Amino acid sequence: MDYLKKTIDPAVGKMIQKAEKEGIETVWDRFEAQQPQCGFGLTGLCCRHCNQGPCRIDPFGDGPAFGVCGADADLIVARNLLRQVAAGASAHVDHAYEAVETLAVAAGGSATYSVKSREKLLAVAGKLGIETENKDDADIAKEIVDIARSDFGNHSESTLRWLTATAPKERVETWGKLGVLPRNPDREIREALHQTTMGMDADPVNLILATVKQGLVDGYAGLHLGTDIQDILFGIPAPVVTEANLGVLKEDHVNIVVHGHEPMLSEKILEWARKLSGEAQAKGAKGIQLSGVCCTGNEILMRQGVAVASNYLAQELAIITGAVDAMVVDVQCIMPSLSRVAACYHTKIFTTAPIVKIPGTEHIEFTLKDADEKAEEIVRKAIDNYSRRDKSRVDIPNIKTKMMAGFSVEAIVAALSKLDADNPLKPLVDNIANGNILGAVGTVGCNNVKVAQDSFHVNMVKELIKNNVLVVTTGCSAQALAKAGLMTPEATETYAGDTLKAVLTAVGNAAGIGGPLPPVLHMGSCVDNSRIGDLLTALANYLKVSIKDLPVAASAPEHQHEKALSIGTWAVSLGVLTHLGIVPQLIGGRKVTEILTGETAESLLGGRFYVETDPIKAAQGLIKHIITKRQALGI
Amino acid sequence: MKQILVKTERCIGCKSCELACSTVHSESGEIISAVLKGERPVRRVSVETNTENTVNIPVQCRQCREPKCVTACMTGAMRIDETTGLVLNQEEKCVGCWMCVMVCPYGVIVPSENTRKAVKCDQCLSKGHNPACVKACPTKAIKFTEVNEFDKSRKKDFLTRFIAGEEA
Repeated sequence: MDYLKKTIDPAVGKMIQKAEKEGIETVWDRFEAQQPQCGFGLTGLCCRHCNQGPCRIDPFGDGPAFGVCGADADLIVARNLLRQVAAGASAHVDHAYEAVETLAVAAGGSATYSVKSREKLLAVAGKLGIETENKDDADIAKEIVDIARSDFGNHSESTLRWLTATAPKERVETWGKLGVLPRNPDREIREALHQTTMGMDADPVNLILATVKQGLVDGYAGLHLGTDIQDILFGIPAPVVTEANLGVLKEDHVNIVVHGHEPMLSEKILEWARKLSGEAQAKGAKGIQLSGVCCTGNEILMRQGVAVASNYLAQELAIITGAVDAMVVDVQCIMPSLSRVAACYHTKIFTTAPIVKIPGTEHIEFTLKDADEKAEEIVRKAIDNYSRRDKSRVDIPNIKTKMMAGFSVEAIVAALSKLDADNPLKPLVDNIANGNILGAVGTVGCNNVKVAQDSFHVNMVKELIKNNVLVVTTGCSAQALAKAGLMTPEATETYAGDTLKAVLTAVGNAAGIGGPLPPVLHMGSCVDNSRIGDLLTALANYLKVSIKDLPVAASAPEHQHEKALSIGTWAVSLGVLTHLGIVPQLIGGRKVTEILTGETAESLLGGRFYVETDPIKAAQGLIKHIITKRQALGI
Repeated sequence: MKQILVKTERCIGCKSCELACSTVHSESGEIISAVLKGERPVRRVSVETNTENTVNIPVQCRQCREPKCVTACMTGAMRIDETTGLVLNQEEKCVGCWMCVMVCPYGVIVPSENTRKAVKCDQCLSKGHNPACVKACPTKAIKFTEVNEFDKSRKKDFLTRFIAGEEA
């Protein structure tokens, strides 16, 4: 059991041992080799923005207090943070833009993509104020695309339309007063790079406000835009039952693992895997088993019930089973090491995005125009590769858990409407008001090799649900909680506090699940954090309060990516206390740290960051915050 | 006796040794907590460079055989430890007159303004005699080794290069 410092997932533990035996280097070995990590980097006190540097400020005050240009510790930290958050936002905005282009293709009458959810099409059109009567889907879709594109082509000072259409009014006013409302997402990201280059903004407070603006860029031109368009194209998620963990790989099947973030490719791979199952059988396999890692996995899990192979930190270990015939990657969170690990087996890695190429892998460039041809080609190559598998090296851990996912806001409302058709939110709000549900926490984000994989997610969430806090989740956090068996009706029986259990049982029975709802609701991929935002907006509207008054909190327990920082900034901007389980690289700036984690952020936005590196203490801190909010509401 | 010795050609001036020294001498013993608590530990090593910026070297106490600091110390606080051979400052005896600071030819005795005591490298004697700066060095420029061993590896390196024809 010596793997427990690396992961709490026994399937991953087994594969770590296999990797060690076979002499294959994994992320944990590389992390060990990187120790000790540079203290200037850890505290955010290194600046490489100009070629007079690098400059470093000693965090103990035992060295120069200013960089060559005159920047002090807080300025260096604030500039670095803005760049990180802008980079995180850029990833989601680029993703959402690709979804918009896909909808344009669908609206143009392509046979490759189509409008799958008229319900979402009409809902989004309604929010954008598009007249829908006597118009067919393609026309409405075209108008939606036009509005999305006009945000990217907005040359005026007007606010991003996707934001004004979907964000709570009170928030829009608050952000307006602070001067942080974004106009055109591309322009704001450009401005952030400009603002942080040599000889520009020297005011840490102004830089923090710019960071908040980037959080809003991410929240609305990234997350919300992405989810809205993807639901139109691929459907609104509804409850599905499937399985999670490396045990979903099948020894007698062609195993294709999709990894990355967007559904545009993975939906097509799924389609072709189903179509070409016969060819796999002709090659001696029993069929094709598709499974996912990271958020592209979550996308096809939520809408299609595709099994979860694992989450971020175990991407290499899926290959180490020896049973993966192809791993297909699109964008984000893809370790460059995959090609070296795959080279130790028969596994083929297919890169597909023009901005993600990895030496040693095969690049099959995926475009919307020839999506079907490319997906077909990849699946065929995976089938061909099955015969190259060395059976003597295959060892799939026999570990997997049942899980339920698919909890879009629409699905949650549908389940609640079984209790009260006219006022679906009423049963939820009533149970929050009477204390049966103490509050809610959204856990999101990544794994980070600095903590044992999944341990923070799982230990903190168990403590929360034991105390009757409902947990909603996305991303790799959701996959961690699924693997730990927290997304089943049985988990409610085992782990939920008594009153939470009673509520989940009543809703589950009414919704026809034949048992309680899981205590942890899987709401989707990282861009689907927009769904959590929508749920909070709906609750706040129903109660006629602001989101910042709700007894809720957010947490990114094991965050590693810049995207987690931009999502977190958006959450704080919404007025939500946002916990980070790993200390971000900014504590060398004392003022910046105080602003983000203290009174200043709270008084301006209603939310703030909360850093706590112990999962149980973090859960207790979040519960304390929820209780404070309850008291302020008088409940 | 083991010494902290530097392969100067490997020192990239990253100052990781400085931070490691500060951290190991902080109350928290860990950088994140120490910074968050606003601690101000005193480091015993500093990375210096020549005027032409061609050679970097982390400088710390050389543990002299006949230390000027010991001779200059009027209270007997600064002394050579008989067991280890290290030059140590017995802080309770130190009155902060800074004579040792003045006479040290390497400038490696640090006057702590907070405690008004002279502070110097003890090769992390109290931390298991395992110098933090050596552990922190990412390029392995800093060695904690018997002096003749260091010399030997230099000779070997030279010979290897000589045979390869890289040294005339």
